[in-house]
Amino acid sequence: MAVKVSMKVNGKSVSGEVEARTLLVTFIREHLRLTGTHVGCDTAQCGACTVQMNGKVVKSCSILAMQAEGADVLTIEGVAKADGTLHPMQAAFKEHHGLQCGFCTPGMVMSAIDFAKNSPGASEKEVREALEGNLCRCTGYHNIVKAIMAGSKAMAAAK
Amino acid sequence: MAASLIGARVERKEDYRFLTGAGQYTDDVALPGQTHAAFVRSPHAHAKIKSIKKDKALKAPGVLAVYTGEDLAAGKVGGLPCGWLITGTDGQPMKEPPHPPLAQGKARYVGDHVAVVIAETQDAARDAAEMVEVDYEVLPAVVDASKATQKGAPALHDIAPDNKCYTWALGDKAAVDAAFAKASHVTKLDLINNRLIPNAIEPRAANATYSRADDSYTLYVASQNPHVERLLMTAFVLGLPEHKVRVVAPDVGGGFGSKIYLYAEDVVVTWASRQLGRPVKWTADRSESFVSDAHGRDHHTVAELAMDKDGKFLAMRVHTTANVGAYLSTFASCVPTILYATLLAGQYTTPVIYCEVTAVFTNTAPVDAYRGAGRPEATYVVERLVETAAREMKLDPAEIRRRNFIKTFPYQTPVALMYDTGDYEATLGAAIKMADVAGFPKRKEEAAKRGKLRGLGYCCYIEACGIAPSNIAGALGARAGLFEAGEIRVHPTGSVTVFTGSHSHGQGHETTFAQVVADKLGMPIENVDIVHGDTSKILFGMGTYGSRSIAVGGTAIVKALDKIIAKGKKIAAHLMEAAESDIEYDKGMFKVAGTDKQKAFGEVAFAAYVPHNYPLDKLEPGLNENAFYDPTNFTFPAGSYVCEVEIDPDTGVTKVERFSAVDDFGKIINPMIVEGQVHGGLTQGIGQALTENCHYDPESGQLITGSFGDYSIPRADDVPSYQVDTRETPCTHNPLGVKGCGEAGAIGAPAAVINAITDALGVKDMPMPATAETVWKVIRANRKAA
Repeated sequence: MAVKVSMKVNGKSVSGEVEARTLLVTFIREHLRLTGTHVGCDTAQCGACTVQMNGKVVKSCSILAMQAEGADVLTIEGVAKADGTLHPMQAAFKEHHGLQCGFCTPGMVMSAIDFAKNSPGASEKEVREALEGNLCRCTGYHNIVKAIMAGSKAMAAAK
Repeated sequence: MAASLIGARVERKEDYRFLTGAGQYTDDVALPGQTHAAFVRSPHAHAKIKSIKKDKALKAPGVLAVYTGEDLAAGKVGGLPCGWLITGTDGQPMKEPPHPPLAQGKARYVGDHVAVVIAETQDAARDAAEMVEVDYEVLPAVVDASKATQKGAPALHDIAPDNKCYTWALGDKAAVDAAFAKASHVTKLDLINNRLIPNAIEPRAANATYSRADDSYTLYVASQNPHVERLLMTAFVLGLPEHKVRVVAPDVGGGFGSKIYLYAEDVVVTWASRQLGRPVKWTADRSESFVSDAHGRDHHTVAELAMDKDGKFLAMRVHTTANVGAYLSTFASCVPTILYATLLAGQYTTPVIYCEVTAVFTNTAPVDAYRGAGRPEATYVVERLVETAAREMKLDPAEIRRRNFIKTFPYQTPVALMYDTGDYEATLGAAIKMADVAGFPKRKEEAAKRGKLRGLGYCCYIEACGIAPSNIAGALGARAGLFEAGEIRVHPTGSVTVFTGSHSHGQGHETTFAQVVADKLGMPIENVDIVHGDTSKILFGMGTYGSRSIAVGGTAIVKALDKIIAKGKKIAAHLMEAAESDIEYDKGMFKVAGTDKQKAFGEVAFAAYVPHNYPLDKLEPGLNENAFYDPTNFTFPAGSYVCEVEIDPDTGVTKVERFSAVDDFGKIINPMIVEGQVHGGLTQGIGQALTENCHYDPESGQLITGSFGDYSIPRADDVPSYQVDTRETPCTHNPLGVKGCGEAGAIGAPAAVINAITDALGVKDMPMPATAETVWKVIRANRKAA
C-alpha cells in the first residue's frame, strides 16, 4: 500500500509516495536520489546510513520513512556550507586522512559531528567508544579518531 | 615549483567528493528503465536440485523474469573460469570442476546461486525470490578441509571424488629431510590460519545495461580490476566480443581482494540485461556478502624448523591443507601455492625449505585472495616458528632473528624468489627502539601488580608484491598477463589527464599518481587528474591487488611520462632552433643547456596541438603517450612489528596496548597515505588474531557467523593507536624505487599479536582468533596442566 510522506531534508521540503515498509534510507537514496547516505549492512551495525533527524543521529536503515513524517532530516549532502566550504569536521577528516574508500565516511562524519556537539573535549578512549556504532574496514580507525579529536576542537572554536 | 611532491603529505584529491556525499558507487548508479535482481540462494550446504518451480514468482507483482541454471545453459552461458592453473606433484593439472553462474543439478554451499528473479523494484524482486519453489534433496556436507579428504566424506564434484583439487610441492624434499636428521633442535607447530570474511563496507553490486543501437553492453560493477572482469566474462563465460562490452568500476568502497573476482551475479545481470532489454541491477545485502563473497585464508599447517645448536636455521618443512571452498574462484589456486610457499624463507637464510600443499573442495563459499593472499599465511608459519624456536632455545627472539637475517643482496631463496634489496636489521632495530622493548620488563612488572599478564611479540615479515614478470608467471600457471598500462594525455593548454589500469578503492591513487606526474612534469597537482576504472577510457589494465599499483601501475605512468618529455624535447628543440640533444627538461621548463633559452611545458603542449610552427615533416602533432610495463621481478617490502598485549587472566580479555610497526616500502610518494594503509592493514591483521572467525556448522554446513553481530570485524575500541615508521631501501628495478604497502599490516600483525599472547601466558600454542573465551580456556587448561 502506498503512503505519502513529507519531511524536510537538508532544509528543503520533500514528499513522496512510498510503501509502508520503505525505510528512511531507501526514501533518501532512491526517491530523493541523495546517494551520499550508504547502506553497508542489514543489521543496524555498520552506521554507513547515519543521518540526523530532528537534531539527533539515527541509523536511517532502522527507521521507516513514515516514521520520519514531518521530521527535519540532515544528510551528508547538507553538511557543508552552501558555497561548498567543508564543515570543520569534514575538513578535519580530510586533513587527518580519516577516510580511504569513502563508503563509511558519510556515516562517520554524521556521528562525529553529533558526538563532538554533545561531548566536547572528549578523550581518545571516549571517541573510540563513541564509534562502536560505525564500522570502517580501511583506516583502522587511527586517523578517524585523530580527525574527530581535531574536528571537535575546531567545532568548539568556531562557536 | 616549490619542494618535491614525491614524499610530501599531500591531502587527497578524492576526499572532497567522499566527504560531501558526492561519491558514485555502483549502487548509486540508476539507469533509465532500471530493473532489479534478487538471487535465490541455496539454504543447504549440499543438495541435489530436483526441481525449480517459477510459476508463483512469475505471477508476483512487478516480476519480469525468473531464470535458472537451465536457462543460462540454454543461452550458452559458460562457467566461471579459474585464472591460474596449478600442476600437481603427480604431473596432472588441478581439478577444475564446472562453476556455473546458476547451479546446475546441485547446490554446493549455503548461498550458492540457484535462480534469479528480476522485477521492477528491489523489494518486488526479493519478495518474489521467496516464492521460487526449489525442491532439494539434502546431501551430507563437509566444511572442514581435513575431513573432506577422509574416506567416506561426501564428494562435491564428480571429477574430484576425494575432494582434492591438487597436491603441489615446492623445494628439495630430500635435502630438507637430510638437514632435519642433523639438526640439534627442531621446533614444531600445528597451526590453523583461521578463515576470514573480507567485509569491505560497500557490499558487492552490479548494474548492467544492453544497447540495441550498437549491440553493446555496459556493466557497472564494484570491481578492483574492470579489464580483467571484462576479459574473463566475454572470452570465457558469455562469448561476447570484448569490444562490445564496457565495464565501469566507479567509486568502490573497499575491496581487500574480495572484488578482484568475476562473480556469478556480474555475469547473470549482464546476460539478463539483453534478455529483458532493460538495465538490471543487483546489490548485495550484508547477509549475502557473508555467504557469497570469496572468503580468505583457511589453512591447516604442520610446520617444522630445524636448527643447529646456535639457533641457526638449517631447514624448514611445511605441510598445508588449504580449503578452497566449493568451487575455484578466479585466483583461488595460486594463493596457497605460488603466493604462499615462495614466502617461507621470510627474512632468513634458511638454506633448504620444502612445502607441500593439498587444496581441498568443501561445502563452503569459495576461498580466494584476501588482503595479503598467501603471504599472511606464510608469515604466520615462519614467525610463529621463529619466535617459538627462540623460546625453546632460550634465545632472545630478536637475537635469533638477527643470527639468521639475510644480509647481502640480491639474495636467491630456496623457494624461487630473488630478493633485490632490503635491510632487515634496520627495521628491527628501529621497531625495538620505537616499542621501547627495553622498558618492557618494567611495564610487565607493573601490570602484574594490577593482576594483569603482559606479553611482547615480534614479527619480521617479508612480502612479494607486483607478481611478475608475465612470462615467468605464465610458466607457473598464470592465465593472464601481469603488466600494467598507463596513458598520459596532455591537453593543448598544458593540463594533464592520466589514465591508469590500476584501480583505486580507497588507496588514494588519484592523489599519489598525480603527485608522481605533477612532480615529474613540474606542474601544480591541480593540473593533473587521474582516471581509472572504465574500460572505455583506459587502454588496458590488470587492476589493483597484491600491493602492485604504485610499483607496476605507477611505473607504467612514469614510462609514459618519459615518452611525453622525449617528444616535448623534440618540439622544444624546433621552437628554440636548438639541437634536440641540447634540450633539458627541468621543473616545467624545456631549456637549451648552457643558455637562458627556455619554453614552458604549456607552450610546448600548445605547439603540439596548434602545430603552426612545428616539425610536421618529422613529428606527429599531439602530445599523448602510453606505456605498458611488465616488471622484471617482484618487489619485496619487509618490516618488523612489535606488539605488546595485556591480558586479564580472570576473563581472558586481551588488549593490544602498544603496536609498533617499522616498514621498508622503498621510496614513498605520500607518507600520509602509506601510514593509512599500514593502520588499516594492522587492524585487519589484529582482527584476524583477536576477533574474526568464519565458522560453518560442521554438521549442517550453515554459516554461523553470517552478520556483523556474529562475525566481529574490529571496532574502534578494539584496537590501539599505532606507532608507525619506515626505513628505506629503494627497489632496484623500477624507476620510482617503490615496493608497495597495501597488505603489509595484514601480513605481519597476526603473528606479532599471537607471539605476544603466548609470551604473556607462557604457552606454546594459541589458536586464532584469541577471543576472550579462547584465551580464558587456554589459561584454565594451562593451570590444570601446571
